[in-house]
Amino acid sequence: MNGVLQLVIYLAVLVALVKPLGWFMARVLEGKAGEAPLGLGRALGWLERGVYALCGVKTDADRRPVETGWKPYAAGILIFNAIGFLAVYALQRLQHTLPGNPAGLGAVEARSAFNTAVSFATNTNWQGYGGETTMSYLTQMLGLGVQNFLSAATGIAVLAALIRGLARRSSSTIGNCWADLTRVTLYILLPLSMLLALALVSQGVVQTFREPAKVALTVPLSYSEPVKNDAGDTLKNPDGSDQTRTVQVTEQTIALGPAASQIAIKQLGTNGGGFFNVNSAHPLENPTALSDFLQVLAILLIPAALCWTFGEMVRDRRQGWAVLAAMLAIFVPLLFATYALEAAGNPRIDAIVAHGDSASAPDAPAGNLEGKEARFGVAASARWAAATTAASNGSVNSMHDSYTPLGGLIPMWLMQLGEVVFGGVGSGLYGMLMFVIVAVFVAGLMVGRAPEYLGKKIEPFEMKMAAIAVLVPCALVLVGTAVAVAIPEGYTTSNPGPHGFSQILYAFSSAGNNNGSAFAGLTANTPFYNIALGLAMWFSRYWIIVPVLAVAGSLAAKRVTPTSSGTLPTHTPVFVVMLVAVVIIVGALTFVPALALGPVVEHLQLVGK
Amino acid sequence: MSSANTQSAPSIFSPALVRPAIGSAFAKLDPRVQLRNPVMFVVWMVSVLTTLLAVAGFVGRGEQGGYSSTLVLVIALWLWFTVLFANFAEAMAEGRGKAQAASLRKSKRDVQAKKVGAGHWSSGDGQRHKATDITSLKTESVPGGTLRKGDIVLVQAGDTIPGDGEVLEGVASVNESAVTGESAPVIREAGGDRSSVVGGTQVLSDWLIVRIAANPGSSFLDRMIAMVEGAKRQKTPNEIALDILLAKLTIIFLLACTTLLPYSIYAVMQTRAADTASTAAPVTVTVLVALLVCLIPTTIGGLLSAIRIAGMDRLVQANVIATSGRAVEAAGDVDVLLLDKTGTITFGNRMASAFYPVDGASAEQLADAAQLSSLADETPEGRSIVVLAKQKYNIRERDMHALGFDGKPATFVPFTANTRMSGVDLPVSTQYPLGRQIRKGSADAIEAYVSRMGGTPSAQARDIVNEISRRGSTPLVVADGKGKTLGVIELKDIVKGGIAERFAELRRMGIKTVMITGDNPVTAAAIAAEAGVDDFLAQATPEAKLKLIREYQQGGRLVAMTGDGTNDAPALAQADVAVAMNSGTQAAKEAGNMVDLDSNPTKLIEIVRIGKQLLMTRGSLTTFSIANDVAKYFAIIPAAFMSTYPALGALNIMRLNPDTAILSSVIFNALIIVVLIPLALRGVKYRPVEASRLLGHNLLVYGVGGLIVPFIGIKLIDVLVNLLPVWS
Repeated sequence: MNGVLQLVIYLAVLVALVKPLGWFMARVLEGKAGEAPLGLGRALGWLERGVYALCGVKTDADRRPVETGWKPYAAGILIFNAIGFLAVYALQRLQHTLPGNPAGLGAVEARSAFNTAVSFATNTNWQGYGGETTMSYLTQMLGLGVQNFLSAATGIAVLAALIRGLARRSSSTIGNCWADLTRVTLYILLPLSMLLALALVSQGVVQTFREPAKVALTVPLSYSEPVKNDAGDTLKNPDGSDQTRTVQVTEQTIALGPAASQIAIKQLGTNGGGFFNVNSAHPLENPTALSDFLQVLAILLIPAALCWTFGEMVRDRRQGWAVLAAMLAIFVPLLFATYALEAAGNPRIDAIVAHGDSASAPDAPAGNLEGKEARFGVAASARWAAATTAASNGSVNSMHDSYTPLGGLIPMWLMQLGEVVFGGVGSGLYGMLMFVIVAVFVAGLMVGRAPEYLGKKIEPFEMKMAAIAVLVPCALVLVGTAVAVAIPEGYTTSNPGPHGFSQILYAFSSAGNNNGSAFAGLTANTPFYNIALGLAMWFSRYWIIVPVLAVAGSLAAKRVTPTSSGTLPTHTPVFVVMLVAVVIIVGALTFVPALALGPVVEHLQLVGK
Repeated sequence: MSSANTQSAPSIFSPALVRPAIGSAFAKLDPRVQLRNPVMFVVWMVSVLTTLLAVAGFVGRGEQGGYSSTLVLVIALWLWFTVLFANFAEAMAEGRGKAQAASLRKSKRDVQAKKVGAGHWSSGDGQRHKATDITSLKTESVPGGTLRKGDIVLVQAGDTIPGDGEVLEGVASVNESAVTGESAPVIREAGGDRSSVVGGTQVLSDWLIVRIAANPGSSFLDRMIAMVEGAKRQKTPNEIALDILLAKLTIIFLLACTTLLPYSIYAVMQTRAADTASTAAPVTVTVLVALLVCLIPTTIGGLLSAIRIAGMDRLVQANVIATSGRAVEAAGDVDVLLLDKTGTITFGNRMASAFYPVDGASAEQLADAAQLSSLADETPEGRSIVVLAKQKYNIRERDMHALGFDGKPATFVPFTANTRMSGVDLPVSTQYPLGRQIRKGSADAIEAYVSRMGGTPSAQARDIVNEISRRGSTPLVVADGKGKTLGVIELKDIVKGGIAERFAELRRMGIKTVMITGDNPVTAAAIAAEAGVDDFLAQATPEAKLKLIREYQQGGRLVAMTGDGTNDAPALAQADVAVAMNSGTQAAKEAGNMVDLDSNPTKLIEIVRIGKQLLMTRGSLTTFSIANDVAKYFAIIPAAFMSTYPALGALNIMRLNPDTAILSSVIFNALIIVVLIPLALRGVKYRPVEASRLLGHNLLVYGVGGLIVPFIGIKLIDVLVNLLPVWS
């Protein structure tokens, strides 16, 4: 009951924040240069104008940035992202020669650096590396931290362009990408991150430039290790056994760093790349129940609120609610199902407990707690798992690999749905709008009208682009997984059988949908996975962005058909059902065979005899 | 309706249509034909592949751990059936059109034409030839097929008109039943709105001089034959978009099925590593192919072209010829309907609706006089006065001859443009010792008449006349020979019965109706209100019509209109759906994208319905096709992978025999195409309710229905298949 309450409060707070934040973001996206609500324009307007002057963004007499068509907009986004990718790659490769590296970490291996650079440029934030042992503070802040902002801004900018395409009539322009990127970063992401970072620091999240701390252990530890010669061979005792020596440990190294600032944007920008290796399961990254609540709230906050922004910008708030309702209609049942499955626990362990075999199961388990922080428990862990995979966040506060088979299936499937149930900031909604185009097309035919959305006719060009946007992630996940299971380089799983298959499928579902969460268990910091997953992330991001912008351009140029009672309304419950059905059917039909061979069979084996 | 039309609507599976369709279904196995339909082309290719696998099996080189070669062959056969059934659906739809085309072609015999030599006839001389001149007109006899646009021909009674054209001179009655199916002859004459003639029709009386308007092969009849035969098969944008959606789904399932092979090999490897005694074998290509064909949208893919052809055919059944499929689809999308008032909304003529006596005359007196003056008046207005007098004052209709007295007949004074009044002169009789003269006509004409007869024009009548005009009706003043004004008859436009309901229906469909009339705004407003149209355009000129259409189109609306006159041509060309009346001019027919052979202006409503039905059938069957896949997964996945993971048997909720489950799914997938052919040909029923309710209804029927039906169907087929003992 307490668990259910945690979920209900979470949803209530989330939905309550949708309107104010959504309204605020719409003002930012529609505002003039140097103007933003809540006095932010006055406070930061000089910075915006400075950026424009520096980048040569011109404004017209009305102080609005001069806009472009979709092609220059897309070119700008791609160039900007390419520069971001190169910068992160260079920082990683050169970090040993640069300041801000108190731990003295070496250069990152080339393929791992490629993977990470793609990962942070594409808002995936898949991490094949362990943060505290691989990346210098400078790399984390200037490379990864900055990309956390810019990749999120890219998503919102592309969404803004698509919304303008839907809202405008007979227009040749869809916005100015440089102005959008600047305003989103300056007025939305920075202030929100600042607030959240301060809140997190208050809960004990670290924010420091000090080198890692050495602390004395309260209870010293000792262990034995083999003695090796200079060549690395273990020395042998006369009786043939290995020589060992006992090592006494009295102090521990506690990794520190400027974590709070990066964690705030990691959650708000649906990035998910943790400062520390175990992400938000780390006590210095996520120390308290309140910090956990704030972070998991931040995961879905902007994607949910953007639905309201959408309704506001197309001057029909019902449309925003409808899309949000469709997202919630998929998310809420899956959220509660994850919780229920994890709370129910593992029937095999229950069976052992019932037989009183206290040696192997000392206590009756309160659900499946393997891989979960006892600080958070089942409900908060399940809540995070559902939210982080519904949004393309990918941060974790528990290890999804240890979930029950079906409990782990849900996060995987939420990603496979194309990251459109909330999804990434901006990218989730523009992905969902591509599904809306498909749904509107079929629904429009069913009521006997050439399909239209918000008065814009859906024609072959839009269908083609929407088809590409929906197809690309599906193809990446299926083909990527097929390649991985077909070659030995792919077999770096920690489990055999269906669970091993699930680990591989999860990795490609995550990369192919720009989520970034890991199932754990799969050793992904290998040349094969670094390159294969890097390519999956790259294609999944930009092969969707370009078609989306093409649709934006094509829609903007169209006239608006006035609505009549023969027009299919897209804000009604019937249409929401239709949209949900399209998302689920495409997601289900594509991945049912693969899921059957992974988590489904694992579950059936678990519950069977 | 003619025999041509009744013949072309036989019951859907009549042997006359089925037999040639079966032959045609095999002929369409040609890969070049299949290539036009990406979904069915995939089925065609895997049918070839499975056949080869079966053959390989029989010569001992079959797939390891797979089905018996017999079972593979049976699956291959059913895959071929899937392609054949889709071909059959298309052939059936085409067959219905062909039957009609054949009857049209009968009228397209090559005729000898009487070509008028250049210089022998000129329209510019302003001289009307007399009938006698025609015989002296020099003509040469040429085959009709050699006539080019601009040639001038003479057609006389008994001749077949050699090509489409415009009457330059003459009046003739023409039998157009070959085209319209209407056996009553129609009048064709030079000038005005009845000047166009259609090749293949026959002149029954008199003669016509016709300027040919179409080159051979592009005549109206040619276009019509081409359309009903489906020769012009270019896809509409909407079909292209649907093709993209279906191609996308096909690619997804192609990926899902092909990647299953490495997944399966991996799973088998893992299973064998864990249990060396395991007999697990990777999934066979046959199974993957069967799964693929079951998943890709073959149902809609197979029926798509049948739906299109049948949609066009339904239009032909309604006696409308469209020049392109695009126009039919656009009809489903129409937002604004421009309708001519006269003939569409109102009856062509005005009718008497009230009597207003003046200057002390009683209503009965007025009605009596009005009736007397109209007895011999055969115009609809005149008839309506007689009818009204009987309805209101029970004044019996009298025989004109009975009004004569003592051998002197009553004389009817007909209406002339000069006098602008009509009436009757009764002879001196016992009833009318002084005889009686009654006149009715326009207010001005009667005032002049009254003055002439020594009376004073009635001021009261003038007031009533003004009042009636303000209402939009036409006043007729009645006076007698003594210079006394008896009263005023109100003639009103009568709105057709039931038309208001049809407009309400259109409004529910989201279509705005606009009445076009030459009347003044006052009259127009009154009729518009009565008919229940949404808007009207009064004092309409061709320019005003064109401007109105452009304005609506600027606002993003799709405009449909009907027209028949040459002055309608610019507006017809501008409208998105332009239905020309067959009785109209050649210019109107060329400007429009549809021709209504019945020349019935309310046909537009029917056309809109057909357009919507076409789209709805497509959408509903797409939904049905995709919803079917869920059950197929439950049938095939457990059967395919139970050797690797026996636990997956729990997904076999239909309790199918694992050996035949895949075959049963393939059979269901093929048979459902045949089952849905009647729906594809007839079209999904359209009900004029608002879009949201329609969507809810169709989602329930075709979406939820599509989920449930295959569970039952596959189970049934599996039970039947297992009655044959050959599989075990």
